[in-house]
Amino acid sequence: MDLLQYDFMRRALLAALLVGLVAPAVGTFIVQRRLALLGDGIGHVALTGVALGFLTGTAPTLTAVIVAVGGAIAIELVRERGRTSGDVALALLFYGGIAGGVLLIGLAPGGSNATLLGYLFGSVSSVSAEDVWVVAGLASAVLIIVAAFGRELFVLCQDEEVARSYGLPVRMLSLLIAVTAALTVVVAMRVVGLLLVSALMVVPVAASQQIARGFRTTMFLAMAIGVVSAVGGLQVAAGQDNVAPGAAIVLIALAAFVVALVFGRFVRRSRTTDTTGAKA
Amino acid sequence: MSGALRTGTPVFRMTGGRVSLDTREVLRGVDLTVEPGEVVAVLGPNGSGKSTLVRSLLGLVPLTAGSVELYGVPPRRFRDWKRVGYVPQRLTAGGGVPATIREVVASGRIARQKRLRPASAADRAAVDRALRAVSLADRAGDPVHALSGGQQQRVLIARALAGEPDVYVMDEPTAGVDAATQQALAGTLRTLAAEGRTVVLVAHELGPLASVITRAVVVTDGLITQDGPPSIAAAVQEHCHPHADEDVRVPLSGWKPTP
Ligand SMILES: Nc1ncnc2c1ncn2[C@@H]1O[C@H](COP(=O)(O)OP(=O)(O)O)[C@@H](O)[C@H]1O
Ligand SMILES: [Mg+2]
Repeated sequence: MDLLQYDFMRRALLAALLVGLVAPAVGTFIVQRRLALLGDGIGHVALTGVALGFLTGTAPTLTAVIVAVGGAIAIELVRERGRTSGDVALALLFYGGIAGGVLLIGLAPGGSNATLLGYLFGSVSSVSAEDVWVVAGLASAVLIIVAAFGRELFVLCQDEEVARSYGLPVRMLSLLIAVTAALTVVVAMRVVGLLLVSALMVVPVAASQQIARGFRTTMFLAMAIGVVSAVGGLQVAAGQDNVAPGAAIVLIALAAFVVALVFGRFVRRSRTTDTTGAKA
Repeated sequence: MSGALRTGTPVFRMTGGRVSLDTREVLRGVDLTVEPGEVVAVLGPNGSGKSTLVRSLLGLVPLTAGSVELYGVPPRRFRDWKRVGYVPQRLTAGGGVPATIREVVASGRIARQKRLRPASAADRAAVDRALRAVSLADRAGDPVHALSGGQQQRVLIARALAGEPDVYVMDEPTAGVDAATQQALAGTLRTLAAEGRTVVLVAHELGPLASVITRAVVVTDGLITQDGPPSIAAAVQEHCHPHADEDVRVPLSGWKPTP
């Protein structure tokens, strides 16, 4: 079966390709900052944005961007403030996001929880031409941000205090990471789904860091794993009627992680045996 | 050297500096002025406030009272950060994304680089020099997290060297570092001093660094209790118990010279 003959499939594949590139690129910074759950938080909040779109008759992608960015900024401000209470504050935001989404969709004319399902776990057939434009625009924005600020973000994620000692705008850069993550969540929403977005930001990075030796190589390898998982998972889902693409994509990424884990062990072992004095 | 060094603006001037962390007063009124070209050792027992002092000199910890100036400007309004090189007490682990020695050392150039501009030949040359100064040039591609504490310390020093700043603030640069590397660091500091750079370094044991410093400051329980010529350092070291509790967090053992 040649899937590419279908317009919707071409659109979905393009979206998947972009998601696969962007999510792990942002994910590399997020993992290094120990914010692995940031994507989850934003994903939950974005659900309210999606429902708001249905309620107001606006494009859900647009309202999701606005609410997700707002939520990301709120999360970052909470994080910056305190350590102990921040945890609970974040949890409140997560629950609020889901509850708000479910409530608002119920109020929307003709809306039901089933409408949200495609946003929660991704959907192959529902990616519209308009969606692809938005996704492509947001994905380009994210890649440009990573390219332009990558050096500074690297320093920030290594050590915030050292970043400050170089005079870097730590607050602005922290917000930039949060906002970039929010854009990524929306990019990934249609294909991977809001509940599994974060996995595509974290799992390819976790796989990549088993093997790579540097930050840059970790990022590029994670992006490669992301693309393979996203495109591969989408194809698996397209072949089956009832498989949500998000699930297939994440399972492929997890398989890549397991392979990388085993391979990484093996590489490290052979490295320690042929270098004397270097500690593994 | 820029004009500020000649006109005699002090590099650091703290007046009545007080810092509270978690409601506890860690610095209790510190006066300290560091002139250009000085090599100052900050000594004192664990937990006396040495790290807090040097961090507050850079504005990394806010003062609850008093004032601090960096080249005559409060840290909040200071803009010339390429003149400053800070060596923190340890490399932070973060989320475990690997980074090579070269990547970390090269990040020391950040204050000299422009956004969207790739690394210049000058950047690369400075990074190479810094790597050679700490004898890590042949391992530049290795991941930093696989290194021992002492080797990581050398990476942090190289990162500061790469930035070619006018003033170095080093928090225990010799912790967990073997004798040969301490000698090498002393040599590096001597060169920096000869170039007219300023150094403020925190140390438990001065070791080979004793011959490089021009002044010693002793911090006890959040106050500067002695401030004078290097000779006072020797007396202080007798009373201290180096590497008591705090350095447990730094992997001290396991450093072997690279072949
Ligand atoms: N973030 C912090 N919160 C609360 N107390 C701290 C913090 N950092 C350091 N302290 C306390 O401040 C005191 C001085 O710490 P520090 O400046 O690191 O001392 P030193 O570098 O001389 O060992 C110590 O008693 C330490 O426990
Ligand atoms: Mg200390």
